[in-house]
This record gives sequence, structure tokens and C-alpha cells, in this order.
Amino acid sequence: MNFFFEVLIGGLLSGVMYALVALGFVLIYKASGVFNFAQGAMVFFAALTFVSIMELGVPFWPAFALALASMVVLAVVTERVVLRPLVNQPQITLFMATIGLGFLIEGLAQGMWGAAVHGLEIGIVDEPIAWTMDNWGIGVSTFDLFAAGVSAVLVTVLAVFFNKTRVGRALRAVADDHQAALAIGIPLQSIWRIVWAVAGFVALVAGVMWGARNGVQFALTFVALKALPVLIIGGFESVAGAIVGGLIIGASEKIGEVYVGPLVGGGIEGWFAYMVALLFLLVRPEGLFGEKHIDRV
Amino acid sequence: MLYREAGQFKASYKADQQIFPIRQDRIAIGLILAFFYLVVPFIADQYWLQAIIIPVLIFSLAAIGLNILTGYAGQLSLGSAAFMAVGAFGAYNFMLRVPGMPILAAFVLGGLCAAAVGILFGLPSLRIKGFYLAVATLAAQFFIVWALTKFGWFSNNSSSGVITAQKVEILGYTFASPRSKYLITLVVVTLLALAAKNMARSTVGRAWMAVRDMDVAAEVIGIRLMRTKLMAFAMSSFYCGVAGALYAYTYLGTVEPEGFNLDLSFRILFMIIIGGVGTVLGSFLGAAFIVLLPIGLDNLLPVLFGNVLPTGITSNLQLIVFGGLIIFFLIVEPHGLARLWQIGKEKLRLWPFPH
Amino acid sequence: MKLTKTALIGLGIAGALGASPVLAADQYVGMPSYRVGPYAAGGSGIFGGMIDYFQMINARDGGVNGVKLTWEECETEYNNARGVECYERMKKNGPTGNTVFHPLSTGITYSVIDRATADRIPVISVGYGRTDASDGRVFPYIFPLITNYWSQNTVKIKFIGMKEGGMDKLKGKKIVNLYHDSAYGKETIPVLDVQAKMYGFTVTHLAVAHPGNEQQSQWLQIRQIKPDWVILRGWGVMNPTALKTAAKVGFPRNKVLGVWWSGAEEDVIPAGSAATGYIAAGFNVSGTNYPVMKDIQKYVVAKGKSNMEDKSRVGSAYYNRGVVHGILTVEAIRNAQEKFGKGKSITGEQMRWGIENLDLDDKKIKALGATGFLPPLHVSCSNHEGSGLVKFQRWDGKQWKVITDWIQSDQKIVRPMVEESAAKYAKEKGLKLRDCSKEG
Repeated sequence: MNFFFEVLIGGLLSGVMYALVALGFVLIYKASGVFNFAQGAMVFFAALTFVSIMELGVPFWPAFALALASMVVLAVVTERVVLRPLVNQPQITLFMATIGLGFLIEGLAQGMWGAAVHGLEIGIVDEPIAWTMDNWGIGVSTFDLFAAGVSAVLVTVLAVFFNKTRVGRALRAVADDHQAALAIGIPLQSIWRIVWAVAGFVALVAGVMWGARNGVQFALTFVALKALPVLIIGGFESVAGAIVGGLIIGASEKIGEVYVGPLVGGGIEGWFAYMVALLFLLVRPEGLFGEKHIDRV
Repeated sequence: MLYREAGQFKASYKADQQIFPIRQDRIAIGLILAFFYLVVPFIADQYWLQAIIIPVLIFSLAAIGLNILTGYAGQLSLGSAAFMAVGAFGAYNFMLRVPGMPILAAFVLGGLCAAAVGILFGLPSLRIKGFYLAVATLAAQFFIVWALTKFGWFSNNSSSGVITAQKVEILGYTFASPRSKYLITLVVVTLLALAAKNMARSTVGRAWMAVRDMDVAAEVIGIRLMRTKLMAFAMSSFYCGVAGALYAYTYLGTVEPEGFNLDLSFRILFMIIIGGVGTVLGSFLGAAFIVLLPIGLDNLLPVLFGNVLPTGITSNLQLIVFGGLIIFFLIVEPHGLARLWQIGKEKLRLWPFPH
Repeated sequence: MKLTKTALIGLGIAGALGASPVLAADQYVGMPSYRVGPYAAGGSGIFGGMIDYFQMINARDGGVNGVKLTWEECETEYNNARGVECYERMKKNGPTGNTVFHPLSTGITYSVIDRATADRIPVISVGYGRTDASDGRVFPYIFPLITNYWSQNTVKIKFIGMKEGGMDKLKGKKIVNLYHDSAYGKETIPVLDVQAKMYGFTVTHLAVAHPGNEQQSQWLQIRQIKPDWVILRGWGVMNPTALKTAAKVGFPRNKVLGVWWSGAEEDVIPAGSAATGYIAAGFNVSGTNYPVMKDIQKYVVAKGKSNMEDKSRVGSAYYNRGVVHGILTVEAIRNAQEKFGKGKSITGEQMRWGIENLDLDDKKIKALGATGFLPPLHVSCSNHEGSGLVKFQRWDGKQWKVITDWIQSDQKIVRPMVEESAAKYAKEKGLKLRDCSKEG
């Protein structure tokens, strides 16, 4: 039974890491209706910029600020060059544009900083805590707990930002109805810039956490694939959904791999999460926290 | 002047509804086909045939498949490459396990396998829409590739899960040279492309478009939603499956499941978006564009910057330009290259007297 | 088409001399490199090392018997279709066409086997590609040189036996094979099963789904199994993640044994301190303390001509692997020239002969300044592998330290499996085996 709990806790904590990436998708989809496939590339870009600046001898926080600044620049340029000309296009066109944007960002990142892989130590060890090991026989990694803490802080900050600030309220208005928001004088374009910049910030945090875990390298772009089933379960539009979805996906994926995997030969993690998400969808076609759409003829 | 349909009267419904109702179109298609059947085999060298034209044809077929699903029936899919894999492995197993199996029949059976799998993964579409469905089709993408790698039976227990296509032989003639491989690919692609064009104007095709435009409304006017959607999934997967079989048999020769990865699915999606959603012509234009663009960049950029920039940078520049051009095209012509052709036709109709 | 700098210089010199009646002969090698995408670190390192070695040969010796080496790169992004296009594009370039093709990707290797055989261009895949191509009777143009995966795997078990104090001590031991769930990763499962039966250890195969950036569940299972050793058959990000996760569940890293695609600096640096003590196999070693590396330093790197953007990677595992590729290519060209005419450009078919009759013994390797850098190699008509030797290195947190000499693989196990698999391929394709007793 200890083993089961260990798998479950490990899964939940991995799920938090997925949720970190999923948050970036949710923010952008919420405010601009764009399914931003470049989010994975943004995570890579942010982390690579951050670690490369750090390797130049810049301390942690200034490097973080510089990387954040580069993400803001990226957001502004993206809004001007990609989003504004494509306003009012069908969603699939915007989706494809973000895939193109993904290529562009990947090329930019590797062109600027080189193809080498980097280690990233942020001073938190990724080892089991002795106390839980001794008392419960369950290994819980310090790093995973730290990641969970970071996500909790991030979600709280975002929630406050959305609910309590002026900009946040404007964001929600835009998400509800573009036209109405425009009509009452909310500048759509600056809202988009802000949202993409915030998504860039989330990408940076996710990139630093994932980078500290597995190293900063091109494979960071693949974490986006882990975030997609989370999105389906949580719903594209819900910040809380991203977290809950992440937990569900993380836990079911790990339990699936450990208990179902051996029956069929293992390595099922790649698709198991998607299947779980699919089953969820059959029950709730717009995800757990997604907004229900009513079709009218 | 050259392209004017005035004076071409349709005396019957049959004439009005034919695949190419305008005479000039028929002539143009005839000329293009003649060019590809009679001229290309003699002027194209081995490099062009094997490295460019054959893959463009095969990807066009896959793009037509995806276009049926996304362009005509309005269901976004990110799993086309997986259906190609089903077709390739299906054809391989039929050739392997059924003695004396004719190769073309194996292609069709491979396509049918893909269609069956497509129906299975199309079932969620009855309930899920839009990006939720797109992400759900990723389940098909990952699951199929996993299953083909995992179960040795599919690859005849080869230790690495790789299959090697058997000889392509029809009535004792072996298709080994690039030219003959090109011709057999061309025949299959032409037939299926015409069939797709035909399907688009038939009851099924019109039902697909009704569902695409608004499925609830389509249901109200009496289109059976389930049948129509599943039919689209089956047909689309069939096309992708045949494309996959061709990919293995006339193009690469040896394929591994991972070759049919998500990247390839995206490439096919690019083809229809760049080429034009909901047109058969666009599938060809898009496939040609997506295959040729990186090759062109790879040839061009080193010439432009080769002496200035290190190779690592030029490679990354290729990626940047590729991504940039895709965005550029989406901004300039969101309806794809096929739309440019249509605009060209409108202009031609008036030319040379625009007023 | 891109002309390389050397070719330009060569043309310039030939043009300047003017008097010489014929232009200096060239030997062209087309390189399907990949410098973007997830595997860019490997691609830039290996092709960088190979190019630097070619540059060194051109600068130090003036080429191979006066024949300058030229090359051209073609970006594949590690994509099979792009690789095939590169192959087709480059195969006719240079005075005699492409001499030899180094796909550096298992997928591209598979995709060009038929084409290369038809075009008579040899394919060298050092340490990857199709294992059963070691049977040269079925695959005349394919050369998985030095050591294939199956051979390497028998050496790993031998190494474990040595560590445990004898092969008989393997009885009852538990080994976990943690593999990348792909064609590449699955390849060694049958060999391990055979060996498990032979030596009486149990082996558990655990698959990691691509890309492998999440391995919590696998390592928790490993902790349940409590194996004596874990064999890591990883690729890309899977490697550092495995080491990190091993640390996370408290599995000792000095009991983790990696394949050579898990044994570069790029595989351990991202894992930080979690990688210390980890052991990986290799058919080449890291480091610059070899005469051949010093020559590259002197003739290429010091003159600012190195292909590497990041000079600190000179001497890394990938870079040195590229140098090994360079050595094999150049020595095969030299060998072919011995037979078909010194100072002339050789064709792909002649190159095939050159590779198939390559015999690098200790003396020759010493003359190349590469003693201990790569194993001795003796290729023949039936044996396209040629060596089967493996060394082990341990990561001490800063660099790879060689901990064994070359260890011989167990060909008694490997060879019959290679022949069986090759025969199956030949049967499916309807190929006739070459009779090696009749080959020169």
C-alpha cells in the first residue's frame, strides 16, 4: 500500500509540473481565443535565455529579470507581427500561425545561444526527504514539494491579478466578449500584449523548474505535449482547471504506467494521459471547468 | 478571353454537375495530366523523381485525406501520420501473410485498415468539437505509433520494429526504377484525387460541408450526423492509409513506426492550410510548397550566407525563415494557395478587357 | 551548391599555379548533418569532429595522397524524408559522386539502405543503424562499423560479471533494462533475454515513452524490483532525466550502466551532481590527450578554423566520435587508393572495397596517433562490424574517466543472431547471399 501512495504522490507532484506548462496555454486561450502551440517553444526559449545569461556570470535574480524582459519583448513583437494582422481569422488559422511561430522561436533560441545542453542548479536538491522515508516509507522529493509551492504561489498571484486588478478585470472582460470589451473602451491590443507577456512569465517559471529537473535543452519544447491532456480535462479557459487537470493527469498517468503498463508491455505514458482525457471528454465535452457552449441554429 | 465560360450551355443536370463543368478546366486538367504522364518521366532526373516528385505526390494524397476530414467535414485532426502508418503496416502485413497478394489490392486493404481505425478514433467526434477534438486525435497519433512499435506481430517480429517493403510487382513486371515507381504512384494518386473531387460534389460531400458549416443545423435538415462524420473519418483515413502504403513501397522502402510521428502530422496539416482548406488542388499546391520550401532554403541560404555565418546559424536561420514564411502566408492569404489560383481565374475571365 | 572553404582554397591554389596540367583530385563526402532540433547537440558535435579531422588531414598531409577532401552539409533536422532528399541531392556531387554516406540517424540509415545499394554508395553507421547489417553477405554496402548494439550489450553483461566477481556470480542477480520505447530502444531486448537464460540472471524490461522527460513511475518500479544493475538504453533528454530520477528515488548511480548514446557530456551535464558515478559504454573516449587530437588542435582549432562554435566542446564524447568517423572514412579512402590508384579520386564502389578490407591493427592505430582512442578494427566480407570492442567510462562530476581497457564482446551469442536476422531480411526481400570465399 505504501508503494501505491508513493506512486500516487509522485504522480500528483508531477502533475503540478504539467499544470505549470498548461497555465500558459490557458492564459492565452482565455484572453485571445488562440490555442498557442508555441507555448512549448516559449518555455524552451525562456529557459535557454535564462540559463545562458546566468552562464555569463549574472546572478540568479538579474538573469531572471533579463529573461523576463526578453519574454516581454517577444510578446510585444508577437502581438504586432502575428496576432494583429490575423485578427478575426478562424481559430485554426491562428493555431497554425502559432505552430509557425513555434518554429521561429526554436530557431531563434538555438541560433542565439547554440545547440549545447545546459545543467541548471537552483539550489534545491531533487532527493527524497529522509523523514518521510523513515516514518512512512514513502519517498517525497524536496524539489517536487518546492515545485508544488511555486505553482501554488503562481496560481494565487494569477488569481489575484485576474480578480483584483484593473488590468485583470479588463482581461476577463475581453475573454467574455471581444466586441463588448472594445465597445466599453478596453484596448484589445494592449490586453493581448499583456496576456502574452504574462504567458511568457509563466513559460519562464515553467522553463526554470523543468530545466532544473532535466536540464535546459531542446526537449523542453516537448513538455507542451504533456500539458495538452491537462488542458482537455481542465478546460481551455480555466486556471483552476489547469491545476486540477494536472493533478488528475499526473496521478492517473503514473498509476496507469505502474499498474496497467506491465500488462501491455509498458511505455504507455505517451498516450495514456490522452486516453484518460478522451474518456473525460465523452462525459464532459468541454472539460471539467470549461465554459459550456450552447449551439443555436 | 482565354478563360471564359460564356457560351458553354448546360442542357442537362448531368452536364451541370460534372466534375469539371468548364471546358477550359477540362483542357487544363488534360494538359497537366499529359505533362505528368508523358513529359515528366522523360525530363525529370532521378533526383527530382525520387527525392521531390514522388514525396510531393504521396504527401498530396495524405493532404487530400486530411482535407476531406478538416476541409470538407470540418473536423480538425492531428493524427494523419498515424493513419499513414496503419496503411503502411497494413499493406506490409497483407503482402507478407497472404501469398500471391497483388500489390494494388494490398494498398487498398492497407487503406481499409486505416479506415477501420479511423472510424474507431472518429467516434469521439460525435460528442467533442474543435480543439478538444484535435487534442483527442492526438490520442490516436500516440497510441497507434506505440502499438506498432510495441507488438512485434505488426513488423513480423523484427527486433527493431522496422519493416522493409516487399518488391512492387504487377503481372510479373517489377517496379524498381525511379521512373516506374513514379508512374505507379502517379496512377494511384490521380485516381484517388479524381475520386475525391468527385466525392466532394456528391451527396456525401455536400453532407460533409453542411456538417462543417454547422452540425446542429445539418442535423435539423435531416443529415445523419453520426454516419456523415464517421464516413468522413473513414474516407480521410483511407486516403492517408494508401498514402502511407505508397510512402513505404514507392518512396522510402524501409519504414519505422516513429517515422510517422506528430511532426509529420503537423506537416500534413500545414499542407492543407497553406494550400487551401477544402480544395483538392490546394492539397497538391500545399504539399509541393511544404516539401520544396525547406529544400529550397537549404540550397539558398548557404549560398547567400555560407561564407559569413557558421553552418549552425544557417541551419537555424532555415527554421526561422520556414516559420516566418508560414506566418507570412497565413497573413497574406489565409485561404491558401488555391485561393490565389481562384483569384487568378477571376482575373483571367476578364482579361484582357477588365472593364 | 555550397563549396566549402577548402575547396575554394584548393581551386584558388590550382588556379594560381596554372602550370599544372590537371586540377588536384578531390574526394567528396556528403554530410547529412542536423544542427537544429532536439538532437542538434549530437549532430553539431559529431559532424563538427568529422569536419575538423578532414580539415586537419588537408592541412597536415595535403589530403589523402594529395587528394583533398571536400564536403558539403545538408540539413536533415533528423527527419527521414529530409535525409533521403539530402542523400539523393548529394549522391552525384563531387568528381566521383558521394564517396560514403554517414546518415547518423537510425531512421535515415534504414531509409537509404535500398537506394545506396542500388547506387553503389557505401553507408557507414558507426554505433547505430541496422545491427544485422553486420552480415556483409546480405548487406554489401552497409557498414555498421566498430561495434553494434548486440555486441555492446554482451560486453555490458561481461562488465557486470567482472564487477560482481565472475560470470558465475551473475546467477540470481536482477538486472533492469530501461529502454527508450522505439526501434532503437527495443533492439537489445532479444540479446538480453538470451543472456539472462545463459547466465541465470533475471532481466526486467521497462519502457520509457518518448521523449522520456518523465520517469517517476519507472524508477519507482525499479526501486520495488531492487535490481543489482540498471542498463540505461536512453536517447536525448531521457538520459539526464533517468539519472535525476534515480537520484530522486535513491538508486545508486554507480549501478547504472549506459549505452554510448547515453554516454556523452550532453547526457550527464544537465543532470548535474546526480550523474556522478554513472558508467557508460563507448567505442570511443573523451579527452584531448591523444596525438591525433593534438594535431587537430594545432592545425585546425588553434588557427581558428574549427567547425565548432563552442570550442570547449573539442574533446567531448560527441566531437571525438566525429573524429573516429573521420579516421575511418579517411583510412578507407587510403585503403581504396592503395588498390585502385594513389592520388586519384575513388568511386563509391571502390570505397566499398576500401571499407570492406579495412584493417586497422594496433600498429596502424598508433601511427594515426589514436592508441586507446578507438579500438582495432578488422572488417571483412562477412563481418561488417569489424571490432566488437567496448570501453567503459565513469563520469566523475567533471569529466569522463576511462575505467577499463577494450573488452571483447561475445560473438558466440551475437553472430548467430545477426545471421538469423539478416537471413530473414534476405528472404523477405528475395536477396541472394554473397559467397564470401570468392571475394578478393
